[in-house]
Amino acid sequence: MIKKNKTKNVLNMVDALNQALFQEMSNDENVVVLGEDVGIDGGVFRVTDGLIKKFGASRVIDTPLSEAGIVGFSIGMAAAGLKPVAEIQFSGFIYPAFDQIISHASRLRNRSRGRYTCPLVVRTPFGGGIRALEHHSESMENIFVHTPGLKVVIPSTPTDAKGLLISSIRDPDPVIFYEPKKIYRAIKEEVPKEIYTIPLGKARITCEGNDVTILTWGSSVKTSNEVADKLKGNVSVEVIDLRTLKPLDIETVINSVKKTGRVVIVHEAPKTSGFGAELIAQINERALLDLQAPVVRVTGFDTVFPLYKLENYYMPNHDRIINGINKVLNF
Amino acid sequence: MVKKIVARFEVEYLQILNHKGRYYPKLMPKISDDEIKRMYEIMLFSRRLDEKMLVLQREGKIGTFAPVSGQEASTVGSACAMNYNDWSFPSFREMPAALAMGLPAEDFLLYYGGDERGSQILPGINTFPISVPVGTQTLHAAGFAYAMKFKKKNAACIVYFGDGGSSEGDVNEAMNFAGVFNLPVVFICQNNQYAISVPREKQTKAETIAQRAIGFGFKGLQVDGNDIFAVYKATKDALERARQGLGPTLIECITYRMLDHTTADDASKYRSMREVRSWKEKDPILRLRKYIVRKKIVSNDYFENIEKVMTERVESSVAKAESYPNQTVEDIFKYMYKEMPWFLKEQLEELKKSIKE
Repeated sequence: MIKKNKTKNVLNMVDALNQALFQEMSNDENVVVLGEDVGIDGGVFRVTDGLIKKFGASRVIDTPLSEAGIVGFSIGMAAAGLKPVAEIQFSGFIYPAFDQIISHASRLRNRSRGRYTCPLVVRTPFGGGIRALEHHSESMENIFVHTPGLKVVIPSTPTDAKGLLISSIRDPDPVIFYEPKKIYRAIKEEVPKEIYTIPLGKARITCEGNDVTILTWGSSVKTSNEVADKLKGNVSVEVIDLRTLKPLDIETVINSVKKTGRVVIVHEAPKTSGFGAELIAQINERALLDLQAPVVRVTGFDTVFPLYKLENYYMPNHDRIINGINKVLNF
Repeated sequence: MVKKIVARFEVEYLQILNHKGRYYPKLMPKISDDEIKRMYEIMLFSRRLDEKMLVLQREGKIGTFAPVSGQEASTVGSACAMNYNDWSFPSFREMPAALAMGLPAEDFLLYYGGDERGSQILPGINTFPISVPVGTQTLHAAGFAYAMKFKKKNAACIVYFGDGGSSEGDVNEAMNFAGVFNLPVVFICQNNQYAISVPREKQTKAETIAQRAIGFGFKGLQVDGNDIFAVYKATKDALERARQGLGPTLIECITYRMLDHTTADDASKYRSMREVRSWKEKDPILRLRKYIVRKKIVSNDYFENIEKVMTERVESSVAKAESYPNQTVEDIFKYMYKEMPWFLKEQLEELKKSIKE
C-alpha cells in the first residue's frame, strides 16, 4: 500500500506506478492487471501491491508462469475490449513473449484494417544498478523501438511514471513500458494526487543549458542530471529526458541540438544499433550543419551485461559522461 | 510406504457417419435436413473455391496459399456448431469454417492475392483473421474467452490449430491458461497427419493429441474429422459445456490434407500415392453426399444443379475480388496506429514524392 506523507503525496516510482494503477482501475472497469505474482504478492517490486484487495482476483490476475502466455492472453483480452496491463517480471524474461508482441500485438490493427485493435500495456522493469542476478539487468528497449506498430515509453521519475502509465493505458495502441528499476526507490518526490496524464511523444528538458545537449532516458537521466549539476559554472549542460522513444519528440531534440551544437547521447543499452544510433541519424538528417562536433555516445557495451561486481563499469557513470562531454567540447 | 494410482484416464473416439454413408442413429445430433444440405453446400463450395484458387495461383493471379481440401468436415462441422455470439480464432487452413460463418469468399481471394483488405473481417462476423505464426492464435482465444467470461457474456471461443501446432509452446500455454481460469474455449486440433512433411508420429510419442488436455485438467476427445456429424456433435457439446462454465475442451479431429501444404510444396516427396488414395475414399464431402442420397434429402437432379450453382458462385467471387479498387500507398501506413505519427507521415511523403518523380 502507498505510504503517504500526511498532506503531501510524496512517492517513489514504485508507489507512483501503484497509484496510477489504483486510480486508472477505479476510473475504468475494463483495466485489468495480469502477470506473475501480481496478486497477493503485489509484484516482486510491489508495483501492484494492494490492487487485488480493492479490485479482486478477476481484475488482478496471477497467471501461470508463462511470458508468451501472459502477452498472448492479453492480446485476446485487448481485442475483446479490456485494457490489460501485463507485467513481465523482468525484461530479461520478455523474449518468450516477443513473438506475440512482434507478430500480433503490433500488427493486429494494420492487418485487420482497423477492425481489431490491441490497446495493451506491457510493463517491465529493466536496466542495471541493483546488484541483480544474471539476466536481470539488460536494456534491450531498442528491439521494441525497431518493431513497427509499437510505442515505447520509459519514465525516469515518479511523477512521469504515473502520468505516462495512465497515458499508456488510455492509448489505443500497444505500449511497451520499460521501468528503470534502479530508479524504483531512488527518487522520492511530490507527485500530484489527482489522476493526470503526460502525453506520449513529448520529451522533458530536465536541465536547461547552452553548451552541450545530453539526450538520455531511464536511469541515465538521473546520472546525467547529477553530471550537469557537478559541471555547473564550468559547462552549461542541457539534459533531455526523451520519456518516449517511440514516437520520439524530434522537435525538442532538434531545437536543443540547434541551440548547443554539441550532443552526448547516454544510454545503458549496448552501443551497436542502440537507440543512440537512430538519434544520430535523425540529427544528421535535420541538423548536421548545426553540429560543432561529432555526436558522442556514452553507452553500455556490446557485451553481455556483467554480473554485479563489474556492473558499475558497464553502466554510464559520471566519469564516462564527463569524458563524453569533454570530447564534444574539445573537438 | 504408500504406493497407489493417483490418476487414470481414457480418451474417447467418436464416429457417427462412416465412409460408406452409414450412420449410428443413437449418436446422431439434432440437425434438420435443411441444415445438413447447407453444410454440404458450404463444403462443396469451399472445395470448388480451393480448386479455383489453385488455378489462379498457377496463373499468377494470387500468391502462395494453403489449400484445405479434405478438411471440410472438421472445419464446417465445428463452425456450424457455434452460436451467433461465439467467436472463432482460425489458423491458416480453416477457410471452410469462415465461409460457414458468412465470410465472403472474396476475402480469401483478396488476402492471398496480396491485399490486406481480405483480413478486414466484416462487422457482425465473429472471427479473427487467419493467423500464420503456428499456434500463436490459441492464446488470443483464451484471452478473448477470459474477457467474455469477465463481461458475463454467454459465449465461447473456438480456436483451430494443427498436429504440428500442438508442439508449439503457445498452444500448451493457452491450454494451461484456459484450464487454470476455467475458460469457455474449445480447442480444435485439425490433425491432418502432416506438418508440411513431418508426420504426426514425429510430433509426439503420445498415442493421441487429445490426451494432452488431460495434462491440463480438462476433457480431450478424438473424433473422425472427416465425419461432419461427429465433429458437429463433439463441438456442440463442448461449446455447451463451455457456456455453462464447465471449462475448456480439446477435440482432436482425425483428418487428412488431400493436397500440398501450400502451393509452394510438393507432397509427393513425403507421402505415397497409395496413402493419398486411401484417404480419398474417406473424403468428407463424398461421405456426406452418400448420407444425403441414402436419406433422400434432395431430389434427383440436385447434385448436378448444385455443381453449376457452385461454379457460378466461385466465378462471381473471383469477379468481385477483381473489381476491388486498387489500394493506394497510404494503405501501407494508415493502419499502423490510430493516429499516424510524424515519422510515418514523413516516410509516406517521401514514398509519394518518389512515385511522382
